[in-house]
Formats: sequence, structure tokens, C-alpha cells
Amino acid sequence: MTAARSHRAAGLACLAAIALAVVASFHYLAVDFGSLFEAGARGRMARFVVEFFPPDLSPAFLRQVGIAALQTLAVSLLGTAIPVVFGGLLALPAAGRLGRAPQWPARLALNALRSVPELVWAALMVLAAGLGPFAGTLALALHTTGVLGRLFAESLENASPAPEAALRDLGAGRVARFAYGTLPLIAPQCLGYTLYRWEMNIRMATILGFVGGGGLGQMLYFHLSLFQQGQAATVLLAMALLVLSDDALSGWARRSLSAQPH
Amino acid sequence: MSAVAAVRPALRDPAAARRLGWAITALVLLWPLGRLADFHPATLLAPSNLQVLGTFLAGYLPPSMAPDFLRELATATLTTLAIATAGIALAFVIAVPLAIAATRSLSVAAIGPADGRWRGRLLRQAVRTVTVLLRSVPEIVWALLFVRASGLGPAAGVLALAITYGGMLAKVYSEILESADVRPARALLQAGSGRLAALCFGLLPLAADELVSYTVYRWECAVRAAVVMGFVGAGGLGQLMDQAIKGFVPAEASSISLVFFALVLLADAISLVLRKVLA
Repeated sequence: MTAARSHRAAGLACLAAIALAVVASFHYLAVDFGSLFEAGARGRMARFVVEFFPPDLSPAFLRQVGIAALQTLAVSLLGTAIPVVFGGLLALPAAGRLGRAPQWPARLALNALRSVPELVWAALMVLAAGLGPFAGTLALALHTTGVLGRLFAESLENASPAPEAALRDLGAGRVARFAYGTLPLIAPQCLGYTLYRWEMNIRMATILGFVGGGGLGQMLYFHLSLFQQGQAATVLLAMALLVLSDDALSGWARRSLSAQPH
Repeated sequence: MSAVAAVRPALRDPAAARRLGWAITALVLLWPLGRLADFHPATLLAPSNLQVLGTFLAGYLPPSMAPDFLRELATATLTTLAIATAGIALAFVIAVPLAIAATRSLSVAAIGPADGRWRGRLLRQAVRTVTVLLRSVPEIVWALLFVRASGLGPAAGVLALAITYGGMLAKVYSEILESADVRPARALLQAGSGRLAALCFGLLPLAADELVSYTVYRWECAVRAAVVMGFVGAGGLGQLMDQAIKGFVPAEASSISLVFFALVLLADAISLVLRKVLA
């Protein structure tokens, strides 16, 4: 009884702390939501919105947007495919496959790669590779290597050791043991993680351009900076389309994968 | 593998040809993508680029500890946390009514013959469309637009989070509610209770844990998003980082990275405590 009561007291204290944090946040930011809706600001906002219409749908511009969208897709795909290789390579030591010594450096590397957000990597990679989609690809690849490497390592650690033991008893070598004992076990899970990450990377690739990572984001930033709202509106539409179809496709893929009997 | 194959040819991988085929197909498909994405690893090794990055990284140590800068850093950190918290609070306010309206388990028409059935379905579909639209534009794009529209700063970040995360929370809340056992809620509705009562006493007790932990998880994401939104001018750590990189002050970028790392760990720890206590 007392345990339940103290649990409840802790819960209430937590809720109070959350309420306090929310109030403090609004207070600290001093957001004056009233002034957002006063006549002057409203008029300015309305004018800003109106300028986006009509979107620029001229064939030449649509072609440019199409190329930028393809570029975004390419960045997301490469930014997911490269980490499958390097994340996989780092996952082996991180899961303790190569002994204890390389385990913690590998983990540290994965954590460091993962803890820096894609956009920060992109800003840094622009220094290293110049403006453009290559910087975006590198940024996505660096962050995703950290994420996938960790997930792969977890799959490796959780895989049953029995098949490898059986192969070892039959006299198979290390590589064969891994390739035929463990890899088939974890492959579906790793594929699932990779697809999930690709889905997230498509979203990310659309916005990496804000700091110079190419694709739709760079186009949006460019046209907004030149106050060409009509063009910006078209790019926004393309972004929304990309994100929505990504959403629908991944939802469909997830449903059809989970419907498969295992 | 090759060692095994050499010793006993019978043990060759029967699927080898197919696997090789897939690998080659993948490479052939990746090639034009690489062209499209300007994938030129050699540019990384160009002396001018190496020098820029080298100078920047060399300046990374030691991190900047100038008192003025540290004060600025503390303010930015608080701003980032405040943006995330206020944004999630607003998103929650947006999401709860949408989620309740979109949840099928609370449909009165579904418990028996009723003429309001298609109306309810239409309403749910409309609400779902709204949540999809809210989610369809990433938060940082909203932030960029708000910053450009009114030069808002942190408030732009709060509004952007509220819109996108409102849509996400609404979608996931209704999914969680619908995945819970419908029978208690049905029983309450059949006994004549209102939808809110059926929600509070029929569905919430079953789904509360999951709802809380998802909300806390989203707050964690919001902290990261709040950092990132600074890059388009929404204030906080991201803006400071952007200035440090563009102004080529690596020592400051290094301090900011450290704070950012600490912030992610802190958010992790807080969410662990919240989940344990509230769930």
C-alpha cells in the first residue's frame, strides 16, 4: 500500500514539475502570442502568405524542382547505403566480435557519430567538401553510420549463438561461421532498420540544403532569400509530396512486412 | 568462405550467383545516384579543403571557456530547452482533441445500428487528413518560414514544433488508443456513458503507459529539433553553432558540441526518470 502511495506521490510531484517547467519555458522565452495576432502582425503574415500564390508551375522551373527532388532522393539513398557498409564494419568490434580491446573504441566512435545531428555534420561537411549534395551525403552518412552501427551491434549481440557453435563443431572457419550462422539470423532485422533509417533520411535530406547540403532544401533557402515566394511555394509543395509519399510507402511496406508469416 | 570452397567444392554457396547478381545490380543502380549527388570523394582530399577542415579541427581544442561566451552559451542552452518544452506543451494541446476525434474505438455509431455512421467516419477521415497535413512539412521548414515571415526567433521554433509535433502526437496517440482492447470502452458506451468518460475509464487505463512514454520520447526528440532549428534562426544552441561555424571560431563550436552532448544525455536521463515514475 505504502509503495503504491509513494509511487503516486512521485507521479504527482513529477506532474507538478512538468507544469512548472512548461510555465517557466513560456515565461523565459517571453513569447508574446497576443502580439502575434494583433492587426499589424496579422497583416504582415497575411501578405507573406499571399505572396506564395500562385506557385511557379512553369515547365522549366518544374524541371529544376524535379532534378532537385531526385538529388534529394539520391542523397538519402547514398546516405543510407554507405552506412550499411561502414556501420556493419564498426558493429563487429562494437558487439565484441573481435575481442574486448577494440570494443569500447568502436562503441565510442559510434556514439560520437550518432550524437552529432545531421544538420551539424552538414555544416561541418560544407567546410570539408564545399556547398552541394556531396556535403549532404557525407553528413547523412556520418550520422547514419553511428545509428545503424549501434542497431546492428545490438542485433549481433542478441543473435542466438547456437548456429555458430554448430558450425564451429563441424569445423567451419570464423568467416564462414559468421556468414552462414549469424548473418542469416540478423539480416531481416538489419534490413528493417536500414529501411526505417532510409525513410527518416529522405526527410532529413530535404532539409540538409538549408546549410548547403544540396537538393530541395538548398533551393527553398535560395528562393526564400531572394524573396521569390512563388518559386519557394513550388519547392514546398514538392517537399510535402516527397514526405507524404515516403510516409505512405513506408506505412505500406511495414504493413506488408508484418503481414508475412514468420 | 573461399577457404571452405577450396577445400571442398561441394560446400560452395548455392546462392552465390544470385547474390553476386544482386550486388552488381545495386552497384549499377547506385552509380547514377552518385553522379546526381555529386559524389566525388576526391574533393575531400583536395589540399584547399583539407586545409580548411584541418585548421578548423585544430582549433577545436581547447574548447572556448571565455566567461562572456559561457554566459551566452548558458542562455542559449536554456532557450533550447525552453523551446522544446513549450513546443511540446503546445503540440500536446493541439494533439489531444485531434487524437480523440480520430479514434475509432470511441465511435458511438460503431456499437450498433445507427444512422450517424458515415458522418463519424467522415469526421475521422477529415481529422486524419489534418494530422497528415500538419506532419507533412518538417518542423525546421516551418521554423524557416516563421523566421522569414516575422523575424520571430525562439517563438518561431515553438510554433514550428507545435505544428509538426502536434500532428505526430495526434497520429500516434490515436494509434495507441486504437491498439488497446476496445471492450471496456464499448461496454461503457453501450451502458450509456459519454465518449469522454469511455476514454478516461475505458481506454486510458490500458494505454496510459505507452502514451506517457511516447510523449516523453517526443520531448527528447524536440530537444534535438530545437537545437537544429537554430540553424535557420530560431535561436538557441543551433544559432550559436551556426555562427561559430560560419564565423570560423572552432573553439566555440567545440564548447557548443560539448554542451549539446551533455544536453542529449540529460534529456535521456530525465526521460528515463519520467517514464519510470509516470508510467
